[in-house]
Amino acid sequence: MMERAVSPDGVIPVVNGEERTVAAGSTIGDLLRELSVSAAAVVVEHNREIVRDRSRLDSMVLATGDSVEIVHFVGGG
Amino acid sequence: MTESTMIAGATDTPFVIAGRTLRSRLMVGTGKYKSPDEMVRAIDASGAEVVTVAVRRVNLNRDTDDGVLPHLAPARYFLLSNTAGCYNAADAVRYARLARAAGFNEWVKLEVIGDQDTLLPDTAALLVATKTLVADGFVVLAYTNDDLITALRLEDAGAAAVMPLASPIGSGLGVLNPYSIRTIKHRLSVPVIVDAGVGTASDACITMEQGVDGILMNTALAAADDPVRMAHAMRLAVDAGRQAHLAGRMPRREVAVPSSPSVGMLE
Repeated sequence: MMERAVSPDGVIPVVNGEERTVAAGSTIGDLLRELSVSAAAVVVEHNREIVRDRSRLDSMVLATGDSVEIVHFVGGG
Repeated sequence: MTESTMIAGATDTPFVIAGRTLRSRLMVGTGKYKSPDEMVRAIDASGAEVVTVAVRRVNLNRDTDDGVLPHLAPARYFLLSNTAGCYNAADAVRYARLARAAGFNEWVKLEVIGDQDTLLPDTAALLVATKTLVADGFVVLAYTNDDLITALRLEDAGAAAVMPLASPIGSGLGVLNPYSIRTIKHRLSVPVIVDAGVGTASDACITMEQGVDGILMNTALAAADDPVRMAHAMRLAVDAGRQAHLAGRMPRREVAVPSSPSVGMLE
């Protein structure tokens, strides 16, 4: 297990199965920008709830332990 | 329509699923190509309108983008998301809903796999997922076995199309049970699209000769030495098989019947 001693300002959501530290108060929109992922090109699921309205991403504040799945379409049959 | 089929008498009924008329009876997948460019050229050569895609996590630790959408002109193709890789109804429903949230359409190629070695469907779970998704407003195209009873149950459950396999996914074994495929087509009212197992053009032709409404294939193109040429061959084969079905084949006989007159022979 990785060291979890983050600054008191950080929170640790689980993003696509991996813990990631982001600044406290970060929204999912902030996380996507940090990851250089275009919100328009993906679908986000937050704690098993699909975020249908992408305009909400900038108001959804992340907390430690939150599950975030960021998916898109890949080649398949 | 290809030039070879644009002849008198080659008319066909429209291919319609859930009220949408489709311009090609051949549907293709987008997986396993060597490059996006090869995929695009093969899909173009196939003439397909419906192309399948899969839902996966964005790879956040790599610079390369494995997303398929930047390569597919959205006005040209109708995206059909699948639930490949799902082994229970709940997962398949989750993937279908994620795909729908992408905002293209409400169609799903529903797969619920029951076994890792054969990738054969879990038909009990498939029925459960079909009912859930139909109730949720999805247009469900259900990938299933070549089993009539399951096909009938799927139709009853509201599937917009039933997709029996020719043989296991990626096997290229061709249509193993033409009788079952034919029987399913005879008995169902919704379109029957054979999905999986076609290996080469003759397989596609034989499949269409059973009277089914269409074929979906991926590996037969992607794993061919020349996918673009194979895609062209499949386009012709699907057309040929369809036309042969509509033409109505001659009866099979166990004895020869001469084609030339038996009268007028020299003494």
